[in-house]
Amino acid sequence: MIPVALSVKDLRKTFGALEVLKGISLDARQGDVISILGASGSGKSTFLRCINLLETPDSGEVRLGDEVIRMRKGRDGRSGAADRRQVDRLRARLGMVFQNFNLWSHMTILQNVIEAPVHVLGRPKAECVAEAEALLAKVGIADKRHQYPAHLSGGQQQRAAIARALAMRPDVMLFDEPTSALDPELVGEVLRVMRTLASEGRTMLVVTHEIGFARDVSDRVVFLQNGLVDCDGPPADVFGTGGSDRFKTFIARHATA
Amino acid sequence: MDFGFMAQTTVALLSGLPLTLELFVTSVLAGGVLAALLAWMRAGRVPGLSALAAAYVFVFRGTPLLVQLFLIYYGLSQFPEVRHSVAWPVLRDPFWCAVLALALNTGAYTSEIFRGALAAVPTGQVEAARACGMPRLTLLRRVVLPIALRQALPSYATEIILMTKATALASIVTLKETMFVAAKLNSETYRAIEVFLCAGAIYLVLNIAIARAVALLEWRLSPHLRRAPDALPGLDTPLELGTA
Ligand SMILES: Nc1ncnc2c1ncn2[C@@H]1O[C@H](COP(=O)(O)OP(=O)(O)OP(=O)(O)O)[C@@H](O)[C@H]1O
Ligand SMILES: [Mg+2]
Repeated sequence: MIPVALSVKDLRKTFGALEVLKGISLDARQGDVISILGASGSGKSTFLRCINLLETPDSGEVRLGDEVIRMRKGRDGRSGAADRRQVDRLRARLGMVFQNFNLWSHMTILQNVIEAPVHVLGRPKAECVAEAEALLAKVGIADKRHQYPAHLSGGQQQRAAIARALAMRPDVMLFDEPTSALDPELVGEVLRVMRTLASEGRTMLVVTHEIGFARDVSDRVVFLQNGLVDCDGPPADVFGTGGSDRFKTFIARHATA
Repeated sequence: MDFGFMAQTTVALLSGLPLTLELFVTSVLAGGVLAALLAWMRAGRVPGLSALAAAYVFVFRGTPLLVQLFLIYYGLSQFPEVRHSVAWPVLRDPFWCAVLALALNTGAYTSEIFRGALAAVPTGQVEAARACGMPRLTLLRRVVLPIALRQALPSYATEIILMTKATALASIVTLKETMFVAAKLNSETYRAIEVFLCAGAIYLVLNIAIARAVALLEWRLSPHLRRAPDALPGLDTPLELGTA
């Protein structure tokens, strides 16, 4: 039995009157690559952001390994993290890759990659630099290490952002549409890196519009619709006979788009 | 024009420069601390504090510095409570009255510069730091402040240049800084053109030096805003890693 790396139970989130997540549960075992699909506005980003508490869920449980993020209700009735230090500790184990890269603009690529290992984990700098250089070589931008993010193409920036997330040696990686902000000809280089990570047995949750990646690379596909999990299963099932009609409509629209 | 006289005048005026610099440095430092506090109050989510800071800025930006200086220097001494308070040795000293007025005033302006710079820090970069578990103080020190500082520098340079000129007001409350010496020389010699040209030149040189220093700092802090080192052969020296 492969242990569960990340477990989400009955996650709910509303923005004002808008109920975005209506109770989402998902278990990722170690090494799972799970693609999360869904129409725009279906709550995919909100779901990922609730996992590392960039958004505060209204209710539900997030468990990383055997540690549950402790929540409590504030005096105003809104929920919040009970222990900020615990949240920081768990975030350090959840690597996040954003649609817009979000590299720190005032640091070189190498500084971006060693920043959190040195200043969050407190690891020795020389060791982090050596590891960062290996990671940058792995994602194919070793020659850019002394340049600033603004001097890189989108695809290079996203690969740097992936290296930055990897440098924390995360237990689970969260990708929020990592290729959506890229020119079409740059999508491939980022997907190639992600395929490599998947083949190394890393645990990954990938929000994506890349149907090919979802079908060919992931172990599981989760389709979100109106704040609920509409279907969930291995790509062969979901893309075969197991998928709902709504999922088929979604895929059909994407294939033609 | 009598260049011999102007040379003498300049030498005489330079005797006031140390006090001008003292007023300038002290009030800019104190004003900076005040500005940071005000910006923090305004950025925070405590409604009372935020409104208080906004009102402070409104009042101190909306009234002449000279009025503020007179209120502090002449006004405060009318209250027996002030005269008998522990603060009196400070508040009876014209130097500290001038510093107080200058600092309270520049604090208001500078807090607005800081506020704008903080608001301009891209939220995505802050989220990226939060997402890797960076504690709040580290995030402030490593990400928010370095980005905000670069953003604030050009307007901040303008503000401190205004401050060097504002120190001249201190001559009115008997401080023997550059402008005071100039006014005295003028009343002794009646050679206003030469005396005040020399005084103006001293402020001008001071401000050129300040502007150059800030521009240099800005250049040093902004390699990421310049062209890639690829495009500038010979400038491929990376900044020292993790300069904290
Ligand atoms: N901070 C916020 N405040 C208010 N509403 C929000 C906020 N964030 C998201 N929403 C709303 O929640 C809904 C879900 O947004 P979310 O970004 O999670 O969708 P998504 O599935 O990621 O969409 P996309 O594919 O366009 O990225 C949307 O209707 C959005 O407008
Ligand atoms: Mg999204």
